Amino acid sequence: MSGPAVQPGTQPGAARPQARPGIARLLLRRPAVVVALAVLAVIVLCAALASVISPYGPEQQDLLHALKGPSASHWLGTGELGLDVFARLVFGGRVTLTVVLIAMVVYLACGVPLGILAGYKGGVFDWLVLKSADVAFAVPSIIVTLAVLAVFSHNETAAMVAFGLLGAPGLARVVRSAAMGVRQELFVRAAITSGLKDGVIILRHVLPRVAGVILVQVSVFAATAVLMETGLGFLGVGTKESSWGSLVGEASRNIGLNPWLLVPSGGIIIVFVLALSTIGDGIRDAAEEAHAAAVVRSPGRRQAPSATQAATAAVTAGQEPTEGALLSVRGLTVTLPMAGRATVTVRDVTFDVMPGEAVGIVGESGCGKSITASALFGMLPGGGRVTAGRVFFDGQDLTKASPAALRAIRGARVGWISQDPISSLDPVYTAGAQVAQVVRLHTGCSRKEAKRRALELFALVRLPDPARVAKSYPHQLSGGMAQRVGIAAALAAKPDIIIADEPTTALDVTVQAEILDLLRDLRAGGTAILLITHNWGLLADLCSRAVVMYAGEVVEESPITPIVRDPAHPYTQALLRSDPHRGRRGQPLPSLEGTVPAPPDWPVGCHFQGRCPLAAAACRTAAVPLVAVAPGRFSRCLLAGQATTVVQAAPAGTGGQDGG
Amino acid sequence: MRQILVRWAVSAIPVLFIVSLLTFLLTALIPGDPGRTILGQTADPDKVAAMNEALGVNRPLPVRYWDWLKGAVTGDLGDSITSSVSVSGQVGDRLAVTLSLIAGAFIVTGLVGVTCGVFSALKGGWLGRLIDGTAMLGMAIPVYWFALVLSMVFAVKLRLFPAIGYTPFSQSPGKWFMGLVLPVMALGLSCAAPVAKQTRNGVLSELGRDYVRALRARGFAERTIIVKHVLRNAAAPIITVLGIVVVGMFGGSVLIENVFAMPGLGGLAVSAAAGQDITTMQGVAVVFTVFVIVVNLVIEVLYALVNPKVRTR
Repeated sequence: MSGPAVQPGTQPGAARPQARPGIARLLLRRPAVVVALAVLAVIVLCAALASVISPYGPEQQDLLHALKGPSASHWLGTGELGLDVFARLVFGGRVTLTVVLIAMVVYLACGVPLGILAGYKGGVFDWLVLKSADVAFAVPSIIVTLAVLAVFSHNETAAMVAFGLLGAPGLARVVRSAAMGVRQELFVRAAITSGLKDGVIILRHVLPRVAGVILVQVSVFAATAVLMETGLGFLGVGTKESSWGSLVGEASRNIGLNPWLLVPSGGIIIVFVLALSTIGDGIRDAAEEAHAAAVVRSPGRRQAPSATQAATAAVTAGQEPTEGALLSVRGLTVTLPMAGRATVTVRDVTFDVMPGEAVGIVGESGCGKSITASALFGMLPGGGRVTAGRVFFDGQDLTKASPAALRAIRGARVGWISQDPISSLDPVYTAGAQVAQVVRLHTGCSRKEAKRRALELFALVRLPDPARVAKSYPHQLSGGMAQRVGIAAALAAKPDIIIADEPTTALDVTVQAEILDLLRDLRAGGTAILLITHNWGLLADLCSRAVVMYAGEVVEESPITPIVRDPAHPYTQALLRSDPHRGRRGQPLPSLEGTVPAPPDWPVGCHFQGRCPLAAAACRTAAVPLVAVAPGRFSRCLLAGQATTVVQAAPAGTGGQDGG
Repeated sequence: MRQILVRWAVSAIPVLFIVSLLTFLLTALIPGDPGRTILGQTADPDKVAAMNEALGVNRPLPVRYWDWLKGAVTGDLGDSITSSVSVSGQVGDRLAVTLSLIAGAFIVTGLVGVTCGVFSALKGGWLGRLIDGTAMLGMAIPVYWFALVLSMVFAVKLRLFPAIGYTPFSQSPGKWFMGLVLPVMALGLSCAAPVAKQTRNGVLSELGRDYVRALRARGFAERTIIVKHVLRNAAAPIITVLGIVVVGMFGGSVLIENVFAMPGLGGLAVSAAAGQDITTMQGVAVVFTVFVIVVNLVIEVLYALVNPKVRTR
């Protein structure tokens, strides 16, 4: 597979994308890369066929028309002594491109074998590559080429061989890390174990895999080599033949007489280098795309999404908040960009949290629990939008609030505890400094006061030795300590509600229990909690009410005791059955077959139909509404809720009854 | 901090030694005989022999290298073989020119690169694409060509700045500054692209991290998050790129000094190369290597300062 219309022998940096056929095809699908390849091909062809296409020779003088702009007889004008600029470009291209090609050959011949040996064999080669790279990076390459030219006067070939040698350790270093990666892969380890010769493995398995990396490096190197060669020509120490660089030198000497000369002389270099770097970027992007495609393609086939998306778009919205509720969510619907288009990921979510109440949202991964929590206070990731529904916080509709108003509520009245405690702390500040920053932001107190308050908060969340923790950086803390720091930051402004997104998932079991105790104490102290979890045990310990979510929808909402004892929705039943904490000793734990459908694949009708043992024809025809199955209990199931009347809207006025 | 210094010395001293040895070995490659090269083909053979004796080229290479090395560590880089001027003296005279140029260019690169990178990452849209496109073009434009264009527009046409030359600071700070504007801009702007690219990628990847989300959840304003947290975290790789860029600037200064006829080290290197003045070339190469090694140390220290994981290890 070679680029279109290129001459393999004479084309420096021509990407012959042999890395993988997939990459080659991806590469040629990029218009910029195709244009760049064509430009390179044209320039190389012109240089190769210089004597055919140029009407003048490179030394042919026209003294009457020296230093003139473009004309019919001299397309790109003339330089000193009336030498034709076009002729000098095409003939000069030969000189420039030849030495650049020489440099590239040296670069590849030294860098690739050394890099592969270092990565594949290690040992002496590894040491050699790293040390020579140290030396090569310590000297500006133009100084080295000048030193070579001081010895071999005007011998540009020698200078560019030196330039290639100087670049080779850099290439070797990159190839080395790529080869090390390949060596760790299973198929290569298998090939080694099965006794295949090293040479065969390198040629057949390692080389093709590092080819993409090499091509990227070569295109970058070719670009710098062109800049170096023309630089030497410009300085007047390069070859004595006419080259692209010497033309720039001439332009600089005659800048007052004929500034036009700058345009063709610099233009050809810029176009050539730009084409090379476009190809380099293209190869890199194409390799990434091929990799990403390989990852994305694996999980199953997709259903046609558009109809289901449209069918689920209609939601119940616009209800009033529950009287006295701290948080009243009504028909919340969220879209996120997926595969380039806005996709509904959370649909028609309705629930309440009363002051001081703890409510848990439960469900498998990918059901929209975290997205729901993020949407409440304007924390959706990039491109996410609340497209319907309302969020009332203390009576104020947050979906209409300005970003500044939302920011004023976040941290001050709503605390957030995240899933991954260590990575949720900024690695460059100490734990104490980070909590003090939050204190200062919300109270405006002095630095000293904020520091004192941070220590108090650390004591409050029962951190052992608060003073030492305050001086520690996140990477010096354990997960449990980091989570306590995170809770301290969430409590800094004495919030009314804490949103805890899987607060114990990343922690050890003993630490989990301690964090749970802490959350329970907070609740006892009057702070409301919205817990997001997949752990029924945690939910039952902490919360008085559960909201079960499946594939973007609330499928059941109920006080905790009845839902655990007698779940109404088939999904809740399945979820509870498969909860390891409820398993009977000696009996196999029933598992929930299948996976949660991704938002674009939501079926028409009940989202759970694909995994539901009770699914009937009616479940597949229209969206299922959330209905009351008992006082304060709601379920989104046609079959489990048969005895009850359908309430279109959610639990307005009833949600609070179970609160407490 | 002491660890960093020790680690640096362990790697820097061998590098310096190897570079000096390699450049010295180049002398052994000089075709023909140096005395004749200097005095010309028609010179009296006796005089050529005397010259070779004076240059010491008849002695074995290791002895000559040892002599040179003894001088070099005390700051004596020998005499030019073509003009018998002291190399150290020449380097000393020209140091200020090159360092003024590079210091100025470094400031321009840092400011322009980081600002453009942040804007490109945060704004996206047409402004982001414009910055990205300019950065790509910036990497393709030869630095000397860019300098020529600046010189033509701002010196030749508009006459705002001098087109050539350098005025020492001690002579006239105003003229020193005006003379440096164009060279500094040419070198600084043409080196800004990689810094902008790293800043952009760094800021974008930091923005996706959990701690940024946590800071938003704690109510911090976006501006505070960017300035105090995201940039601070993105700084370490930007500093690494700045280090690479400075090394490139030493190379670029050779070309820029030529465009603006500045009497700096780059000019010395070019005239030494053109005049086959090996000892001067050697001296300049060693001085440049020392610069690079010192820059590497500064980079390591800065890197440790912004990165507590290195500092508290």
